[in-house]
Amino acid sequence: MSSTAKKKGFGATIWDYLTTVDHKKIAILYLIAGTLFFVIGGIEAMLIRIQLAKPNNDFVSAGLFNEIITMHGTTMIFLAAMPLLFAFMNAVVPLQIGARDVAFPFLNSLGFWLFFWGGIFLNLSWLLGGAPDAGWTSYASLSLASPGHGIDFYAIGLQISGAGTLISGINFIVTIINMRAPGMTFMRMPLFTWTTFVSSSLILFAFPPLTVGLFFMIFDRMFGSNFFDHTMGGNTIIWEHLFWIFGHPEVYILVLPAFGLYSEIIPTFARKRLFGYSSMVFATILIGFLGFMVWAHHMFTVGLGATANAIFAVATMAIAVPTGMKVFNWLCTMWGGSIKVTTPMLYALGFIPSFVAGGVTGVMQASAPLDYQLHDSYFIVAHFHYVIVGGIVLALFAGAHFYWPIMFNRMLNETLGKITFVVFFIGFHMTFFVQHFLGLMGMPRRVFTYLPNQGLDTYNLISTIGAFLMAIGVVLLVVNVIITTIQNKPCGRDPWGDGRTLEWAIPQPVPYYNFKQTPLVRGLDTYWIEKMEGNKEGMSYAEPISDIHMPNNSIIPFVMVFGLFVAGFGALYNPDADKPWALAVLIIGLAITFGSMIVRSLKDDLGYHISKEELMNEKGGNE
Amino acid sequence: MMKGLKKWRLFALLTALIVFLSGCGKNYLSTLTPAGEVGKEQHNLMLLAVAIMTLVILVVVIIYVLAIVKFRRKKVGEDVIPKQVEGSTALEVLWTVIPIVLLLILAVPTVALTYKFADTKAMDAKVAEGQEKPVTVNVTAKLYWWQFEYKNEGIVTSQELVVPTGEKVYFNLTAGDVKHSFWIPAIGGKMDTNVDNVNKFYLTFDKESKDLKDGVFYGKCAELCGPSHALMDFKVKTLSRSDFDNWVKEMKASDKQVATGDLEKQGEQLFKTSCISCHATSGVGKGSGLAPNLATFGDRNRVAGVLDHNTENIKKWINDPQSVKPGNTMPQPEKINKGKKFTDQELDALAAYLMGLSVEK
Repeated sequence: MSSTAKKKGFGATIWDYLTTVDHKKIAILYLIAGTLFFVIGGIEAMLIRIQLAKPNNDFVSAGLFNEIITMHGTTMIFLAAMPLLFAFMNAVVPLQIGARDVAFPFLNSLGFWLFFWGGIFLNLSWLLGGAPDAGWTSYASLSLASPGHGIDFYAIGLQISGAGTLISGINFIVTIINMRAPGMTFMRMPLFTWTTFVSSSLILFAFPPLTVGLFFMIFDRMFGSNFFDHTMGGNTIIWEHLFWIFGHPEVYILVLPAFGLYSEIIPTFARKRLFGYSSMVFATILIGFLGFMVWAHHMFTVGLGATANAIFAVATMAIAVPTGMKVFNWLCTMWGGSIKVTTPMLYALGFIPSFVAGGVTGVMQASAPLDYQLHDSYFIVAHFHYVIVGGIVLALFAGAHFYWPIMFNRMLNETLGKITFVVFFIGFHMTFFVQHFLGLMGMPRRVFTYLPNQGLDTYNLISTIGAFLMAIGVVLLVVNVIITTIQNKPCGRDPWGDGRTLEWAIPQPVPYYNFKQTPLVRGLDTYWIEKMEGNKEGMSYAEPISDIHMPNNSIIPFVMVFGLFVAGFGALYNPDADKPWALAVLIIGLAITFGSMIVRSLKDDLGYHISKEELMNEKGGNE
Repeated sequence: MMKGLKKWRLFALLTALIVFLSGCGKNYLSTLTPAGEVGKEQHNLMLLAVAIMTLVILVVVIIYVLAIVKFRRKKVGEDVIPKQVEGSTALEVLWTVIPIVLLLILAVPTVALTYKFADTKAMDAKVAEGQEKPVTVNVTAKLYWWQFEYKNEGIVTSQELVVPTGEKVYFNLTAGDVKHSFWIPAIGGKMDTNVDNVNKFYLTFDKESKDLKDGVFYGKCAELCGPSHALMDFKVKTLSRSDFDNWVKEMKASDKQVATGDLEKQGEQLFKTSCISCHATSGVGKGSGLAPNLATFGDRNRVAGVLDHNTENIKKWINDPQSVKPGNTMPQPEKINKGKKFTDQELDALAAYLMGLSVEK
């Protein structure tokens, strides 16, 4: 194992990424895979908007439309937004807390491959007889009645990728609790680390209900159990509860790290310490906590009764308070600062009004009697896209521009970045603003068509045009990435000039062991403190240079998950009478998985050490 | 500069005009033109919420714009290091307390209305001698049609809900196959029809529907239920109390409908061999839940919920139901007509017979 950049062959690079346990490389894997699924989900979105551009359109058939909306939602939430956030968490969090890697590098790799193969499994449904068609919520009565294997792909695919998410969540919790550099107390942690921590804790508690629900669904569909079959004593509402006990915290799992990204970007480009740091931390924790108390606001029309609706309505409104605190703290961070409008800052500035708009419509829907009108109409579609696109996607784009230098030692083109923002931002508001009115004017969601001359034609057309602008924006971003990659200009340490936290203090490209010496943290915004004191190195150190213990690369996670992927097909086709080979596939798949687990358990892998001498010789480059 | 500004103003004006012109939607479909007490209260609640939320947005936008304008680096100076402020307890308290107050203002009517809309005690209450029970409709949602059974009156219809104006109408909602949701946007919304249980709620209808464009309010299925979810419309006819009583009387006599004319008689014969095992043509009694009751077919506004109500569309619908509503449970004609499609003449006869089924003519 030698150190940094030696020219490697293509095959060797692929092998390196298949086996890597380095958080920085896993971040890149998440980024690539997440982008792939984001593009797939985006294409599905475009098909939806083309179909709805005019009334009585027949661009796609009714059944296909339901498959498209189901896969759009599922892909965007589970396979695009989550992994893209994981990309930034992996790239940044260990560096922010002064760690050499995450706590469990092997699990980190395992988590990625679980997500990836789960996502591939789910998307293969398009080629193997049809995608799931019961909506991303997959409500039980409809999903049990759904013919074909679509829902089975959904249940098994999400089960596999959900396991990956759970593992990654646990990994980050342990990392953040145990691996912080000396001096980095909890109340000195950067906000992105904080939000990652809270979000990972939410994953820990929110994913098990989904796992349970999906297992019930798998058992009902494949082994004839009756958890959700009301004719046999089951109950479909149980699925709704299980789904939303997961589903609502999921919203916060996604949006909290997005908040974290903004909380890094805004202070950086306002050149000012985050206003009200401790109340920001408090608000984050409170949102995470309240996030578990409000799931039934997705079910106001289910008939839970007035008392349940009233309690959940008020609890939901309460979430607006800590969220509002955050918004005002961001505003006050800017106030009195020195604001430089770079591309990431531009995204952050676009986020604030967009997210406030999404937030207030959320409060409207929290009011249960009002929600009776808004629920399952286009109003809710507008609302959650304002939150998800206006909050999370803008954060992902902002994060991409902001952290590209950390991940690749390159800067994305600023001019093109700003053009991208303008196009995407206008398209976003054009697409979704009018949808509020479509909902209020009586258009239910998830409809594949609508009748002409009922007041819905114009707004649907406007919405579709907006969607095309968003698509152009995404294409521009991809072009920007390609241009930057071709130009290949290293940007060095702290290219924004205003970096505040530890990740900006590390020499570029980041050495594979991250920190030659573990840094000593002397306050919030570590790097800023060192800079202000004129420390050219950007860090104080907590230890002398000594040997570094590193983990070995391993192909085992990949093989372990590939076994599950194979077993998934066995389980899926097992109930089919005409596919007797399915059982064999199931057994072979599980054998691969358990075999690799046994190898992992029995074979001691103690890693290796980078010797002190090697570290001393290393340029450890300044710039 | 001025020219640019003028263009902008023109553009803004045009935009505002477009929004205004199509702003409220159609009065038979839109929640913004409520025609019932429940819908009106929900609309008022929305206006209150919008007012509060506009206030919040204004405050945020003002601070936001001022901050960006005043504290741009170009203005502040390239090398200035701003004071690193930690925060302000007073401000934190301020923006915690004010939102709480605003939310309380919204929470009070929210809780009150939640209980009010859930109050359906009257539907099961004993009424005094000589008084009429409130109109109660048992709604059963099926793939992709609606059955409306009036249990106190002993009649049943489908696809078109008929209700009296000016009084509370109670609903028992359930689904026969998968979950649907019962929504009449212009009257008030909404409640799911679950497969597991019966949900209860009420609505009131203020306006008679005969003056509306199609003479009906539009009802929607609001829960994804399969391929033809978008086509699962129903219609609502609102009548004055006396017209409603009349309609009920006619419905009770609808079992005595007979076909007149040769074509209609031929259609009736065909109907009796092919369709009658699922479709009833008498509105008396309880609904079978097998297929829509056709006692009022000739009075309807749409064929299959979405097509214009004419002979051509009836023929199209019977001849190939799957092409009109994918995934619906009406059999293709081959299944019910000894393996053959209906001839064009037979379709004419069926259409004529069906058009003759009416209680309002």
